[in-house]
Amino acid sequence: MANIALRVNGQSRTVDVDPATPLLYVLRNDLDLKGPRFGCGLGQCGACTVIIKGEAVRSCVRPVSTVQGAEITTLEGLSQNGKLHPLQQAWIDEQVPACGFCQNGQIMSAKAMLDKNPTPTDAQIRQSMATTLCRCMTYYRIQAAIKRAAKAIASARRGSNSEVIA
Amino acid sequence: MTTRRDFLKASGYLVVGIGAAGLVSEMPLVAQGGGAGPYPDVDFKQLDSWIVIKADNTATFFVGKTDLGQGTGTAFRQIMSDELDMPYERTSCVMGSTDVSVDQGGSGGSDALQTDGYPMRRVAAEARRVLLEMASNRFSVPVTALTVSEGVISVTADPSKKVTYGELVGGKKFNVALTGNNINATTGVAKLKDVQQLKATGQSMPRYDVPAKVDGSLTWAVDVKVPGMVHARNVRPPMAGAKLVSVDESSVRGMPGFVKVVTKGNYVAVVCEREEQAINAARQLKVNWDKPAAAPFPTSENLFTYMRGAAPTSSAPPAVVGNPDAAFKSAAKVIEADYDVPYQGHVSIGPAHALADPSNGQMTIYSNDMKSYGLRDGVAEFLQLPRDRVRVVWMEGPQAYGRTAADDAGFEAAFLAKEIGRPVRVQWMRNEETAWDTKGPAFAVKLRGALDAQGNLVAFDYDARVADYNHLGYNEHDTVLISQLMGTRPAMPARGSGATPNEMYAIANRRMTSSVVSLPLIWETPLRTGNLRDPNGPQSTFASESFIDELAAAANADPVEFRLRLLTAATDDDSGFKRARSIACIKAAADAFKWEARPSAKRVGSGEILTGRGIAYTYRSQTVVAQIAEVEVNRRTGHVWVKRMVCAHDCGLVINPEALRRTLEGGMLHSVSRTLHEEVQFDTEKVTSVDWASYPTMRHTDTPESIEIVIVNGDPNPKRPDLPHYGAGETVCKPTLAAIANAIFDATGVRLRRVPFRDARVLAALKTAKV
Repeated sequence: MANIALRVNGQSRTVDVDPATPLLYVLRNDLDLKGPRFGCGLGQCGACTVIIKGEAVRSCVRPVSTVQGAEITTLEGLSQNGKLHPLQQAWIDEQVPACGFCQNGQIMSAKAMLDKNPTPTDAQIRQSMATTLCRCMTYYRIQAAIKRAAKAIASARRGSNSEVIA
Repeated sequence: MTTRRDFLKASGYLVVGIGAAGLVSEMPLVAQGGGAGPYPDVDFKQLDSWIVIKADNTATFFVGKTDLGQGTGTAFRQIMSDELDMPYERTSCVMGSTDVSVDQGGSGGSDALQTDGYPMRRVAAEARRVLLEMASNRFSVPVTALTVSEGVISVTADPSKKVTYGELVGGKKFNVALTGNNINATTGVAKLKDVQQLKATGQSMPRYDVPAKVDGSLTWAVDVKVPGMVHARNVRPPMAGAKLVSVDESSVRGMPGFVKVVTKGNYVAVVCEREEQAINAARQLKVNWDKPAAAPFPTSENLFTYMRGAAPTSSAPPAVVGNPDAAFKSAAKVIEADYDVPYQGHVSIGPAHALADPSNGQMTIYSNDMKSYGLRDGVAEFLQLPRDRVRVVWMEGPQAYGRTAADDAGFEAAFLAKEIGRPVRVQWMRNEETAWDTKGPAFAVKLRGALDAQGNLVAFDYDARVADYNHLGYNEHDTVLISQLMGTRPAMPARGSGATPNEMYAIANRRMTSSVVSLPLIWETPLRTGNLRDPNGPQSTFASESFIDELAAAANADPVEFRLRLLTAATDDDSGFKRARSIACIKAAADAFKWEARPSAKRVGSGEILTGRGIAYTYRSQTVVAQIAEVEVNRRTGHVWVKRMVCAHDCGLVINPEALRRTLEGGMLHSVSRTLHEEVQFDTEKVTSVDWASYPTMRHTDTPESIEIVIVNGDPNPKRPDLPHYGAGETVCKPTLAAIANAIFDATGVRLRRVPFRDARVLAALKTAKV
C-alpha cells in the first residue's frame, strides 16, 4: 500500500492503495464515483472510460500509480456549473440509453473524439467509436446523439465568437 | 415532478446507508414499517400495496416488475396515471423490490404491458373510484355530480367546491380490499377507461430513468456499499466437469486483505477485503482439479454433426395439418435444406454481480436480476431460510434479456455472506461471464417444402434438433451454478424444448416436429442453456423464413407476394384476425421500403459491392413483425453490412411510441449481431469464447445507415374502446436473421444456412458458388 495523490474532476484526493491497483477500482471503491464501470477488465469494451490529458483511457487496465498528478475526468465531471455537457444533453434528447450500463464509455469516448475533432464525418464517428461496445445495441442512437451534440457545440461556439467580435 | 428521493423524504420511509465512508447516499426503499425485517409478502389484495398518495397530491405506484432499459417503468406510470386521473408528472414508480412491491414476477416474456399492465390499470381505476366516493361524502353530493381532473375533484355544478386527492387521502391509507384469485387477476370494482379517454397513454414521454444514467448520478446494483462488506471472486473449474481435488490455501493466505477461501463440492471462491485483492488472490490460488474421464462435449466445429447423429432425449408430438406425406409424393417440385444456429450467449456488458448482507439475522440481496421475486424464493430454499427473512432489493444493472448469470451471482453472494457472516459482494469476471453464462440453445433444422405446378406451396415439413437438454429455469435453488457445483441437483434434468415457427401461413399440408438432444456432460457445464431473448424464436425463424424464401425463389415468385399469398387463405376463424394483421404488417414494411416486386435472386452485379434486399415475418403472442433488410456484400472480403432496415410492428395499443421505437431498434440490432458475429466456441474441454475478442459482437462500424420503424395497428377495428396492449421486445428479435440471409441471397444468389455470417464464412460460400 502507498499514498497516491490524484486529481479527479478538479479535486485533489489521496488514496492509500497498492500502486498496481487499476484506476477503476480506486475511482469506484475509494472515491465513490459511479460513472466508470467494470465491463471486462481487459480494456476491450470501454465501460470504464475516463479522460486523462484529453485521451479516452480505459481505467480498468491503467495502474493508479501511473496517473498520479494527472487531471482525471469522469462522467460526473462533465457538467459545468450545474449544466449538462452538450453530449449528455444530446443523450437525453435522443433518449439513447437502454439499460445504460455502457453509456459512460460511449459518452466519454465521444467527448475525447469531439474535443479533438469537433466536426467528425459519419465514417469518423463510426471508426472512432468502434471499440466502445454496447450490448443493448444503441449504436444507431449514439451516433445520432454525437451528431446532435457536435452541432450544439458548434452553434454555442459561434455564439460566443460573435459576442467577442461584438 | 416527484422524485423517489422526495418520496422517501416525505413519506417517512427509512433511508439507510448515508454516510461519509463511501456508502451510497440513496438506497432503495426499505420495508414498509422498518428495514430490519422480516419481510412478509406484500398483500396484493390491498389497494395501499399498489398506490400511495401523499399530501402534496402526488402518487407513487408500487409494481412488481423490473425495467431492463426498455421504458416499461415509464409506461406503467402512463397507464396508471391515466386510470387514476393524475397528471403523469405528479407520479412516480417503485419497481421490483420484494419487500415493498407485490410479486408480479419481475420481467420476462415481453408481458409487462400485455399481462401485468391490466392489474395496474385496474388498481389505479379503483383508487380513482374510492377517491370519488370520499369526495362525494365530503361534499354530500352523489359521485355522478362530481368532476375529476388531474388529481382534483370538484362539484360539477359549483366548481369552487373542490378537493385534491392529496387532501382526501394524503399520508393516510386507503384501507380498501381488492379481489382476485391471483395477482394478475387483481381488481377492484371500478371499470377501466375506454382507450380513447387515456391521455398520457400513446404519448412519447421521455423515460424518467435516462437523465441519471447519463450524468453519473444513478446508484446501480454494482454501486451498493454497506458497512463491513468484503469482495469475493469465484474460481471456476478449468475444464468442464473437473472435480476439485485440493485447494492450497497457503498460496494466498499471506496476500494483503485475504479473508477466506470458501469451497464446497466443486465450488471455490476467494474473499478479500478489497476488490482488487480478491481478483489477485483468485488468480493466484493454487487449485488441484481432476480432469473428467470423458470429453464433456464435441468441439463447436463438430457440434451440428454431433446433434444430427445423437439420439433425442425427447421429442414433441408432431403438429400435423392435412396429409403432408401424400402432398410431398404428388408435388411438382420438392426442395430440402438444413439450417444451423450455434449456441449464442447473453454476454452481458456488465458481468454478473450481487451484494448480500446478512445483517439483523436476515438476508438482503442487492441485485439487478430481472426476476427479483424468484431470486428471493430460490435463495430462501437454497439457504433454508424462512422466505420472509430474505429480500431482494432490485436495482438497475446491465441488460439481461433472459435467464442470465445474474441469477447465479445472487445465490453465490448469499451463500458466501452466510458462510462468512459479513456482507459479500460477488462480481464475475469477463472470462467467467462469457464462458459460463447460460446459452441460447443451438438448433439444427431440416426443412422440406413442396410446390405444385403453379408454384403454390402445398406441403411444408419442419424438423428441429435442439441442444437444450437440462434447460435451466430461473433462480431454481437446485439448478443454479453454485448448487450444481456443490452437487445439489434435481432428480431429473429439465427436458428442454425445441421450437417450431410461429407464423400464420395457411399451408394445406404441414408437419412440424422438434426434438431435444443432450451433450455428453449434463451438469456443471458452461454450455448450460437458459432463456435468451425470445428463447428459441430467432433460431426457428431463421430456418423457416429463410426456407420460405427458398420456396419463393423455387416458385420464381416475389418474396413478399409469395408470403401474402400464404396469408390470404381462410379468414373465417381466429386465424383470420391474425392473418389480417400479418398482411397489414408485411404490406406496411414493403411500402416503407418501397419494395420492388421481383423474384430473388437478382442478377449478380459486376462490382465489388453487391446489394440486395430480403424480407422476413413472424408472429408471437399476438404481436406481428415484418422486417426488410438491405445489405451490401463485399465479394472480395466476404464482409456483410446491413445498410438499411425497415420494421413494421403491430403490438396493439402503443403506450409510448418513442420508447417502443428504441426497444425495436435495439432488439433488431441485437439480432443483427447474432446474425453476423455471435457464436460460442469450444474445444472438447472448455468454452474458448472468453472475452470480446473471442466472442465478437456488433460494433459501431456495423450500424445500419438507416432504420425505419413503422408502427402498425392492424386491428380490424382500430378504434375499439378496449384495444389491447400486447407485448413488445422479443418478437422483433425473431425475423432479423432470415431477413439478412434473404437479402444476401438476393444480392449474391448464395444461400447461407448457418449463422453467424462472419466474413470468412461468407467469402468461402461466395468462392464455392464462384460469385
